[in-house]
Amino acid sequence: MKRVILMALMTTVIGLLPGPALAAEKFFTLVGTTSTDNSGLYEKILPLFTARTGIKVRVVSVGTGRAINIAKNGDADVLLVHHKTSEEKFVAEGYGLKRYDVMYNDFIIVGPENDPANILGLKSVVDGLAQIAATKSFFVSRGDDSGTHKKELSIWKMTGIDAAKASGTWYREAGAGMGATLNTASAMPAYTFSDRGTWLKFENRGGLRLMTESDPLLLNPYGVILINPKRHPHVKAKMGQAFIDWITSPEGQAAIKAYRINGRQAFFPNAKE
Amino acid sequence: MTAPLDDTSILPLELADVSFAAGGNRLIKDVTLRFEPGLKTVMIGPNGAGKSLFLRLCHGLLHPTQGSIRWQQETGAERHQAMVFQRPVMLRRSVAANIDYALKLRQVSRRDRGDIIDRVLHQTGLRRLADQPARVLSIGEQQKLALARAWALKPQVLFLDEPTASLDPAATHSVEEIIAAIHDADTRIIMTTHDLGQARRIADEVLFINRGRILEAAPADRFFNAPENDLAQAFLRGELLWWNKGQDNRRQGMPPKGENQ
Amino acid sequence: MTDFSDAFAAAIGLVLGLDTSLTEIVGLSLRVSLTAVAIATFIGLPVGAAIALFRFPGRFFFVVATNALMGMPPVVVGLIVYLLLSRAGPFGVFGLLFTPTAMIVAQVLLVTPIIAALTRQVIEDLWIEYEEQMRSLGAGPGRAVPALLWDGRFTLITAILAGFGRASAEVGAVMIVGGNIDHVTRVMTTSIALEVSKGNLALALGLGMILLVLSASINAAAYLIQHNTKRWHA
Repeated sequence: MKRVILMALMTTVIGLLPGPALAAEKFFTLVGTTSTDNSGLYEKILPLFTARTGIKVRVVSVGTGRAINIAKNGDADVLLVHHKTSEEKFVAEGYGLKRYDVMYNDFIIVGPENDPANILGLKSVVDGLAQIAATKSFFVSRGDDSGTHKKELSIWKMTGIDAAKASGTWYREAGAGMGATLNTASAMPAYTFSDRGTWLKFENRGGLRLMTESDPLLLNPYGVILINPKRHPHVKAKMGQAFIDWITSPEGQAAIKAYRINGRQAFFPNAKE
Repeated sequence: MTAPLDDTSILPLELADVSFAAGGNRLIKDVTLRFEPGLKTVMIGPNGAGKSLFLRLCHGLLHPTQGSIRWQQETGAERHQAMVFQRPVMLRRSVAANIDYALKLRQVSRRDRGDIIDRVLHQTGLRRLADQPARVLSIGEQQKLALARAWALKPQVLFLDEPTASLDPAATHSVEEIIAAIHDADTRIIMTTHDLGQARRIADEVLFINRGRILEAAPADRFFNAPENDLAQAFLRGELLWWNKGQDNRRQGMPPKGENQ
Repeated sequence: MTDFSDAFAAAIGLVLGLDTSLTEIVGLSLRVSLTAVAIATFIGLPVGAAIALFRFPGRFFFVVATNALMGMPPVVVGLIVYLLLSRAGPFGVFGLLFTPTAMIVAQVLLVTPIIAALTRQVIEDLWIEYEEQMRSLGAGPGRAVPALLWDGRFTLITAILAGFGRASAEVGAVMIVGGNIDHVTRVMTTSIALEVSKGNLALALGLGMILLVLSASINAAAYLIQHNTKRWHA
């Protein structure tokens, strides 16, 4: 009996101890979106930053809405999302120090290969969405308040159609990340609004095909923001700023430009000089 | 064995006007008694008369709702008592470990525990079973183990509540021998039984209880030859076998052999 | 059907290749869940025993609460722990969010009710059988607790295994409070969720199979121990 208690005690103590390297590790926490993470960009470029500075980056990937929430609470040091209005509001309200341009990628519409709404070849994404609504073809939205979702809604607004009203009929809200939403669209099959990065890496396409791209409305700019140390004194301001400086520097920007998914460039650097 | 803090006897035990009520009913009524050291007392009476309650009151497992129960020692009398129940209660550990547990509760030192366990197991014929799981023993062996455990505590008073009611005749005989041995080693025996033959074999003194009231208390010889109380007489004849509140069931004939409560 | 055979192949590939990130993830999963179960046992056994043995005001509420909390959704626990550990929350100053410690905390909250509720039931039943004899020997409920726990050990081990099953299988809590950070807070269940979200279903399923095998092994080992000591369980 005593041995059992002793073993349990040891397990607890060992379990609670920080891992060997962690105590001395230099790191900061970056909160960003799942779509960026799933594209594989971080895996490629963050080690370059660590090699340059010795600082490790811990990436928490959630939806845009939650990322901003986490950043407001001060649970991360740097915010990297792709919804400019939210980002500017974040800085204006004093949660963030300053917004920097970093890069942009773009969104696309994908859909079933038999194209029930007949949008293949349409240049205008607004027209495409309008046609999907008109034909009441199945459309899956992320519905999770993410940057992607907000962009999708802004384009619906331009069609003048209230897609949310049709929620549950031809318009389905998944309340999920990009991958899960693509899984759902693939299974139904349905049209959906996706970022190009996740799509390029997505392996479960089923009968889905690329339908619409290149409309200027589909551009998706990213902003990086240091969480305001005046608001949250514990924020690792120096390390966070070092990261921002790096990713907007020619070296960081070149790394972004060099990243390829299946041979295609996925992100386009646009930091201001 | 570690000497008890106070070597004085806890006997005599005095009950004064003791009553016990539950659910609005008085189950033990106005008992005034005195237990002196030395004897074996057997309490008999019909089922439901209150024998088990009486033992539990004396042992301190229940408290009287009226009256007082006083040992010779103001405090600490519990340490010098033990009780064996109709169904033995053993822990899921070995025979020896069960006795060890009881000794540990009394803070007997480790060195002494080993010797004591050996001795009582030998005295109850359980030595070869020492490392067996206690609960795989037959009920007769478990009851002997319960006695061994009680004996190991060197109690001044041993209470037994129908200790052989669940046992076959051979085990009953073994148990009675052990009880006699424990008594010879200077332990006061207070037990209940529904088995008149057993009462005759064991008792030095008899208490007859009916409906919560002690109707007669006498030396065994006198009681079995010439009971004074008429209900006691009826009981000895084999009538008055059980009692339900509100009814006075009297059944003719001898009590069936080995009848359990 | 191709997914299953792909998944199987993926699983074998990962294990045979002794994929370092796989060992890292498995190691962290075990560390988090085993630690959480150990702590939950430390808390749950005595709490369950206390509720079983003592009468105190509000006891009824405790019994109902521990039973109900067994079914607490992990994601809700995760949310509550996040709010507590967030920098904006009462315990933010410790900076525990997005660390394995936060994950352990969340899982302790998930597992303790299971162990406490089952302990309570076991001890209650045992005490009914043992109470008179224990009191006669001089052990009131307080002193009897260790003996009661030991006597109930077979059922209690099953309860602890149930707790471990719950901890190692949940994803909702560890995802929210851990953040699924690569090399830091990524465990088997969050890995599986991640691979699903990337559309890598075969890999996800492969990881799932590995998780199942791990869980089954631990349960098998525990059962063997119980089986070999069966005669003590009479």
